[in-house]
Amino acid sequence: MNGTDAAVRTEMGPVSEEPKSSDRPWRLSGDFLFHKAAVFGAFLAAAALFATVIAITYDSWTSIQTFGVWRFIKSSEWNPVTQTFGAFPFIIGTLVSSAIAMVLGVPISFGIAVFIAEIAPAWIKRPVAGAIELLAAIPSIVYGLWGLLVFAPVFANAEPWINDKFGAIPGIGLLFQGPPMGIGMLTAGIVLAIMVLPYISSIMRDVFLVVPSSLRESAYAMGATTWEVAWNIILPYTRSAVIGGIFLGLGRALGETMAVTFVIGNSNVLSASLLMPGATIPSVLANEFTEATTKLYLSSLIYLGLILIAVTLVVRFLAVLLIRHLGRHEGAST
Amino acid sequence: MRSVLARRHVVDVVSKILMGAATAIGVFFLFWIIWTTLHFGISGMHWDLFTKDTPPPGTNAFGLRNAFVGSLILLALSLIIGVPVGLMGGTWLAEYGFHSRTANAVRFINDIMLSAPSIEIGLFAYAIVVAPTGHFSAFAGSVALAVLMIPIIVRTTDEMLSLVAGDMREAAIALGAPTWVVITKVTWKAARAGILTGVLIGLARITGETAPLLFTALNNQFFSADLFHPIANLPVVIFQFALSPYANWQQMAWAAAFITVMFVLVLSLVARWFLGKVQVPK
Repeated sequence: MNGTDAAVRTEMGPVSEEPKSSDRPWRLSGDFLFHKAAVFGAFLAAAALFATVIAITYDSWTSIQTFGVWRFIKSSEWNPVTQTFGAFPFIIGTLVSSAIAMVLGVPISFGIAVFIAEIAPAWIKRPVAGAIELLAAIPSIVYGLWGLLVFAPVFANAEPWINDKFGAIPGIGLLFQGPPMGIGMLTAGIVLAIMVLPYISSIMRDVFLVVPSSLRESAYAMGATTWEVAWNIILPYTRSAVIGGIFLGLGRALGETMAVTFVIGNSNVLSASLLMPGATIPSVLANEFTEATTKLYLSSLIYLGLILIAVTLVVRFLAVLLIRHLGRHEGAST
Repeated sequence: MRSVLARRHVVDVVSKILMGAATAIGVFFLFWIIWTTLHFGISGMHWDLFTKDTPPPGTNAFGLRNAFVGSLILLALSLIIGVPVGLMGGTWLAEYGFHSRTANAVRFINDIMLSAPSIEIGLFAYAIVVAPTGHFSAFAGSVALAVLMIPIIVRTTDEMLSLVAGDMREAAIALGAPTWVVITKVTWKAARAGILTGVLIGLARITGETAPLLFTALNNQFFSADLFHPIANLPVVIFQFALSPYANWQQMAWAAAFITVMFVLVLSLVARWFLGKVQVPK
């Protein structure tokens, strides 16, 4: 307890805790019940995180015992017939699709954030910021629907071009070879990139706006250009929160289910090319969960979910930590 | 000297153009997605959607009545579960916890939950409701949606209550009101626009959620209002119908997507309007 609010609190405490007399017994019980209800609400909100991890570990226990940790992670065989399950193709699929999303999404988000915070005139700022935020309001299933039925056919026309231009390059050419199907790892990455734009750019924009104007104005007074201010003054000042925002977007991309399930093609076999179908942990869960007939099959699917939780928890933990870091920094300096 | 100046100028202009282009890309995709949803959604509109249930495969009929009712039941039940927990949790943070170590830890965990992938929450609801009871149910779906919604309500309630001026609380205390009366009659009332915004944002977030429902509420081809059995709902209907080979099913998927998007957009706009009414103390 500190600060001015605490002073209010300590004054309020005795008022409610000293039962005046027997004429109004409801005071004490009302306060007591309300306080306990509040504590219970906060407890539930916080306990959900731990309960999630525990419950999912419990459900995946059969599979953990059968396959162990390391063997499950590095095995590529996913065969419900022989009841052999391995997570490798899905882990790689999840990481690759999210990596594509980050490679495409982070620079664009940075551009949007700088545009809104520094470049755009006031009359464009609000509608554009609102439009980008609306991207976050669109449900992921609609991204999936659009991705599969609208974007994939259009993208299929562009794929032969990608194949021709990049497929011939030695080394990385392998990544861009394949039939023009429109769906696959690259499509999933592109749709994910669009989905993470609003999350990353709004955090970047918010922290860009808290940069003290004295810093910004000093740089402009020295004759710095807008780009130099953005790159050399604003970005270093907000670095931790910017990285936090990127991690937040990464957390979203790693766990995104419906949009990816629609456009990734759902192949459990690992392929070197980004134009080929693949699968991610969430997509295989969404596709096979209701088909899982044996206990081991179901448990292995939930085990995949456990791996996903472990990864996203670390990412989200870092994201929240880094975003808060700037807040503290800011609080100390003013 | 001149070449340095020229180079800086070129870099500046090019970067500005690229940043404008980045923004244009974002806005372009927004319009593309909204436009397709409108286009296919409106052409998929049909009176039968609201009066008939989802048709069996192979027929040429339309109908989404069971899915509309099911979705509304799911949302209502998640509000019933989620709002009290979120509201009380946020109230504890702002009115009892302040910046104590425990309160900050709860805030931190809540922020982590705020960005939890919905599929994880779906598995959680499966583990605590579906697995013990032995069957998929509307109740399990609502639990999953409520868990997704709670962190949003906790956070906005906490923030909005912190905005309420201390004078108001002090005035109420000076009149002899007990803490719980101060909170319910004064601070909640002063922050009601903000708290309502949190609830609306939470509702908008869970409206289109599909992944958690695949493990919990599943789907039901028939009309059902039974909370302890699988229930039809729009998101899962979109998922199943979109991947089907039937033209009328795909059309219904678009119609359902259109209605979901409209509902979410209206909720977001109303939430923004309420947020504009929040009074920030100077």
